[in-house]
Amino acid sequence: MKNKFIILATLAIGFAGCEPEFENEVNAAYSSGEADFTTYVAVGNSLTAGYMDGTVSRVGQTYSYPNLLAQQFALVGGGVFTQPSFAEDVNNLGGISGIPGFGNRLVIDASQNRPEPIAGASTITLTPQAKAYNNMGVPGAKSFHLLAAGYGNVANLPNANPYFIRHASTPNATVLADAMSKSPTFFTNWIGSNDVLAYATSGGAQADGVTPAADHNETGNLNPATYGFNDITNSGVFNTVYTNIINTLTVNGAKGVVCTIPSVTSIPYFTTVPYAALSPTALGGAANITALNTQLYGPLDAIFTAYGEPNRMNPLSATAANPILINDADATDRSAQITGALTPTLGAATAAAFGAVFGKARQATAADLIVLPASSVIGSTNSAAPAGINKNGVTFPMANKWVLTATEKAKVAAATTAYNNSIVAIAATKNLAVADMNAVMNQLVSGLQVDTNSIYTANYFSGSGTEGQVLFSLDGVHPNARGYAVIANEIIKTINAKYKSNLPLHNPTYFPGISILPTN
Amino acid sequence: MRKLFSLSLLTLASVSMFAGGYRVSIQGQKQLAMGHTGVAVVNSAEVAFFNPAGMSFLDKKFNLSVGGNALIAKTRFQSSKFNQTAATDNMGTPFSIYATYKINEWVSAGLAVYTPYGSSVAWDQDWAGAHLVNNIDLSAIFIQPTISFRVGDVFSIGGGPILVQGSVNFNRNLTPNPLLSNNGSGTDVTLDAKGISASGYNVGMMFKLSKKVTLGMDYRSEIIMQARGGSADFEDVPTIAAGSFTDTYFSADLPLPAEFTTGISYKASDKWLFAFDYNYTKWSVYKSLDVDFDNALPTSINPRNYKDVSAYRFGAQYKASDKFTVRGGYYIDESPVQQGYFAPETPRNDSVGYTGGFTYQVNSKLGIDMSFLYLHFDEVNNSYDHFDDPTTNNGTTSFGGTYKSSVFSPGIGITYGF
Repeated sequence: MKNKFIILATLAIGFAGCEPEFENEVNAAYSSGEADFTTYVAVGNSLTAGYMDGTVSRVGQTYSYPNLLAQQFALVGGGVFTQPSFAEDVNNLGGISGIPGFGNRLVIDASQNRPEPIAGASTITLTPQAKAYNNMGVPGAKSFHLLAAGYGNVANLPNANPYFIRHASTPNATVLADAMSKSPTFFTNWIGSNDVLAYATSGGAQADGVTPAADHNETGNLNPATYGFNDITNSGVFNTVYTNIINTLTVNGAKGVVCTIPSVTSIPYFTTVPYAALSPTALGGAANITALNTQLYGPLDAIFTAYGEPNRMNPLSATAANPILINDADATDRSAQITGALTPTLGAATAAAFGAVFGKARQATAADLIVLPASSVIGSTNSAAPAGINKNGVTFPMANKWVLTATEKAKVAAATTAYNNSIVAIAATKNLAVADMNAVMNQLVSGLQVDTNSIYTANYFSGSGTEGQVLFSLDGVHPNARGYAVIANEIIKTINAKYKSNLPLHNPTYFPGISILPTN
Repeated sequence: MRKLFSLSLLTLASVSMFAGGYRVSIQGQKQLAMGHTGVAVVNSAEVAFFNPAGMSFLDKKFNLSVGGNALIAKTRFQSSKFNQTAATDNMGTPFSIYATYKINEWVSAGLAVYTPYGSSVAWDQDWAGAHLVNNIDLSAIFIQPTISFRVGDVFSIGGGPILVQGSVNFNRNLTPNPLLSNNGSGTDVTLDAKGISASGYNVGMMFKLSKKVTLGMDYRSEIIMQARGGSADFEDVPTIAAGSFTDTYFSADLPLPAEFTTGISYKASDKWLFAFDYNYTKWSVYKSLDVDFDNALPTSINPRNYKDVSAYRFGAQYKASDKFTVRGGYYIDESPVQQGYFAPETPRNDSVGYTGGFTYQVNSKLGIDMSFLYLHFDEVNNSYDHFDDPTTNNGTTSFGGTYKSSVFSPGIGITYGF
């Protein structure tokens, strides 16, 4: 009987010690496949740097897709992954101290219900770190900048890049040479967006906002040193530069992933503000609309119609939303005709002023893309415009920089297609994986269902109810942290497919979206 | 005797039980050891639970059975898709007290106090599935005054009302979205309701087909635990959402499903007894856990969509000597949780139970019962696909992976009768 008791007691202890065990532990199947992630180096622009909400900030940088990739690579032999130091950014404000145009990160000010740069003074300086990092994403860099000596030399400002100044190993080091100094065994390369995006985000205008920027596929200019910042890079130049970059990155046999360039039509910066932004209410009601039609839209419509452009302008509707009035650099100049037609009623001087203002004016159409910052300009008073015709987009045409016209959009699309063809073809010569970010972004336009079943969109933030489905940050061009997680996942899927590796994904649900502050 | 009883009562204060599926089949040491069969077994006062009709067939005038278990439930979670792991180890203490008294040859009265439902699962706060549950502690004490009538020598019926006292404490994060996070700690809500009262009934009948064969049938009614005026306490609410998530009260209904049992026992000899029970539980009553807040917050709808399930139980008893009786059992327990509704608050899939135990009869009046239960769960891949984030509208989010559980429960009790 005593024995029986001992047996039972032993049984009891045996079961109590029983841990539930999986047949395969979670990480048992992870593998690097044919890739070697020992030293991973990322090359690219702002997207690679973890730029979001209009800047790189200390916290934002931790969500860069290369950093997210490196966390998964670390499971299968990936080594330390370093990024340029933003330890200076103690309060996580971003921006760069003392450099115009490099403002703090954007947040939603809930009390004002609008995006604003977060209050405070940036503590990020140009102090050189003189060090190569695994993340060689340089915000603002175009393809040829990766090969440009002096791009990180403070003496070359404003043509040098403040971000690269901070970490170039020597003042005249190139981005690519610094990247190669890490001896990568695996790389990602997502460069080329800015070769066309600078043109697109500036509405096809130069820095003055008015003068058309050049498309060097039209000019045939093959010397990037002479390009204006907002010009479109010649696609032959892009092909040569990209080939050079890939040849260099693969010189020691490294494997890697290249990413295609997203089409601008999938980015909220271009899709958020409608071309027909003028509701009858916004125009001040039926009486105002009648007055506008009698005094301005009617006469201009008559003149354009007389010269064979009946739909260049039409009378405003009192019942439906109306297109904004824009200045199209590619439109036929009718300033002389307008001046002539209006002189009898307005007098020569005023008619000439009207001719100058409306000579290249037209109403926007669905084929035009209005840029995001235009939202706060439309309907506002233009202090530089003559009194009476000084309402932006209503009685005064929106300047070139606010609109990517159909003609400009076509140039952007043609260049994007040419670049992407080069990227895919060059990757094929080295048997590299291609992450088709253009295709992914296009899926986002109609709603992308990710691995947790959640549906994300390419829409701009529009209230707290949409916060959870927004993948773009408040600058409208760059993803937010959650968006970078989705991007990292797409790259991981590409790597898993191409290199027969098995890497886990990130769960985008756990990544933050938009920063919302009660007040700013 | 008095002392033991008061000790048991002390444990009432901290009663909390394991569940997956939140039904805990541990209602008596002798019967648990026999695979938790008992609808057609007349062994002890435990029959007041298994089939009140059987009280009339007990030999002794007074029968008392008191027992309790340490229920050790462990669950592991992993997702190889997202490289997540989590673990939870929980301990519960289900107990039971049964007393029967033979008023005369035809009528017996009894009292049964037991804890057939409960759930105590605590994951790490802010773990990967925190938006579904951080921790839950659900307990319900059933008090069942019982009466049994014998009709002739071979047939009896019995039954009684069930009075339930329950409580629930449930904590989870509002959303997986870190936007609603206060310094990295997710905004969470604790729902707490105590003193929930409800009632139902238990009826059974027993038929002695022959000296060797007994048939039994038992029905326990559905009981809806209606939590009213429980507190909903929001913690770590960031300033931007402070206006929406204010502390309030809530109402919610949690069904304890009806259970029908039928079974047979076969007394092969003076030494051997075999029993088989079939349980059918109407879990389909549990469609959704809806939490209705008193303030402007929208009702939280959490689909459950449970299905009706069966359990098949086999038990045997061997009377080795006057002093020792040994028991063993085996059962197959279906889970009511369907594919796509696998929430980590009840991480339970189909299981197989192995039981054993013995009684040491100190004297003709007093016996000491020991039992153990081991529940084996196969590894299961499942997910909860119906989480609708209250803070946003990007569809329902899925949370899932591989779960593996095990349950072990040793128990001890005493039987007293004269």
